[in-house]
Amino acid sequence: MQKYSVFSLIKNAFSDHQNWEVAWKDPTPKKEYDVIIIGGGGHGLATAYYLAKEHNITNVAIIEKGWIGGGNVGRNTTIIRSNYMHDDNALFSEFGMDLWRKMSQDLNYNVMFSPRGIINLAHSDAQMNAYSRRGNSMRLNGIDAVLLNREEVQKRIPMADFSDNVRFPIFGGLMQPSAGTARHDAVAWGYARQADSMGVDIIQNCEVTGFDVNNGKIVGVRTSRGDIKAKKVGLCVAGSTNILAEMLNMTLPIETHLLQACVSEPVKPLLDHVVTFGAGHFYCSQSDKGEMVMGGDLDGYNSYSQRGNLPTLQHVLTEGIAMFPFLSKLKMLRTWGGIMDMSMDGSPIIDKTHIDGLYLNCGWCYGGFKATPASGWTFAHTIAQDRVHELNSGYSLNRFNTGDLIDEKGLGTKTWIS
Amino acid sequence: MLYIFCPHCGSRSQNEFAYGGDATVKRPELNKEISDQEWNNFVYLRKSPRGKHLELWHHISGCRQWIKVERDTSTHEIFKTYKAEELTE
Repeated sequence: MQKYSVFSLIKNAFSDHQNWEVAWKDPTPKKEYDVIIIGGGGHGLATAYYLAKEHNITNVAIIEKGWIGGGNVGRNTTIIRSNYMHDDNALFSEFGMDLWRKMSQDLNYNVMFSPRGIINLAHSDAQMNAYSRRGNSMRLNGIDAVLLNREEVQKRIPMADFSDNVRFPIFGGLMQPSAGTARHDAVAWGYARQADSMGVDIIQNCEVTGFDVNNGKIVGVRTSRGDIKAKKVGLCVAGSTNILAEMLNMTLPIETHLLQACVSEPVKPLLDHVVTFGAGHFYCSQSDKGEMVMGGDLDGYNSYSQRGNLPTLQHVLTEGIAMFPFLSKLKMLRTWGGIMDMSMDGSPIIDKTHIDGLYLNCGWCYGGFKATPASGWTFAHTIAQDRVHELNSGYSLNRFNTGDLIDEKGLGTKTWIS
Repeated sequence: MLYIFCPHCGSRSQNEFAYGGDATVKRPELNKEISDQEWNNFVYLRKSPRGKHLELWHHISGCRQWIKVERDTSTHEIFKTYKAEELTE
């Protein structure tokens, strides 16, 4: 594989950039693979990459119904963080933070990781106490956390509404300075290019139509491009998990819901951090191009439509303007939606299933992007070794049965209000 | 914007309603011995189909009645709505 560097850039400039190698091939599916990963999103591509890199398993296919990176890895708001209170989430996410810091070098692909810090705003003494507790839990797990008072927040985001006449006055906030953003498409493309170079087949426009299970063991996958045999199969399909689960006669603790995001026209740099206004169901950051990247609530009812409805967008932007009044002057550039695999406790599932050789990776709610490297790494381990890694042992499918929930927000099973 | 036909009030915008989730989930019978698995099925497991979905909505800014709505989860088309007590076996 051609290495990307300033020298290769100069060299290719002499031939008008006509002779770059393709970043990944477009292979015809083979008859059989050791491992098939269903879903060519961030998690699927990362899983295939770590299968090859960490476990020397290269006879792998990624099967993608559309095109790689066309799902949630291309639809998120690119936030990377590990500001969790519960051990399972904190240790897993912080392991991921390490992978994020090394990713551009590791993949030889600039993912533009920008650790600009995330600030969760607080609006009461009680919320400050809760954030103090969360921050302390984070620090006990080795994650950086800083409790900011009102003046410290004002210094960092002076454009927020600090006047007296607001419904949710800013009392302070919890900041994770090492959190940030990354270029989401580059993450998908970087993983795809490296996985491909190590022998993984990336098969796009290939829809899974069924599974072949024999005596409780997976033997293959039926697709729109023919039947493919496999010793092991991993599901990484986020919002489409329930569709595949139905083909396997499985019912999961997952509901599929729609989440929207939007960006404004680009403006000069003014927001240095990622800011969440949880009380108003709104969060915001500024992209490198200058667009304000914004999101908020789920649309609020089961949906597979990948496009949003206006009442939610209106609500999100109303709250956004309440926190950042300057937003009212900006024009919206784009809005879009993605479908989320909302789990019943808000935490993911990376586990084996009752079918031998079938592995499940789902339930990311709307925190899937930041988990991409850690999810791929632990899922590859789970598939290769046929047992879960310590890092994902809490993310079991059976925890709903045993009561060992990881309810970070304590919201219960109303997935649509989380 | 969804327009939902409330069987008590007529067609109203979705802003008047709160969502209540899958209407086909059945609570295990009271005062009967049930297994953890049965409880798990009721509390956590959901079909979440792509296509027709029977769900509960609460007309919270209207008549405050719970209703059932048959809706397509990929097109958002609403086929039919029912009073809460309808469609119970």
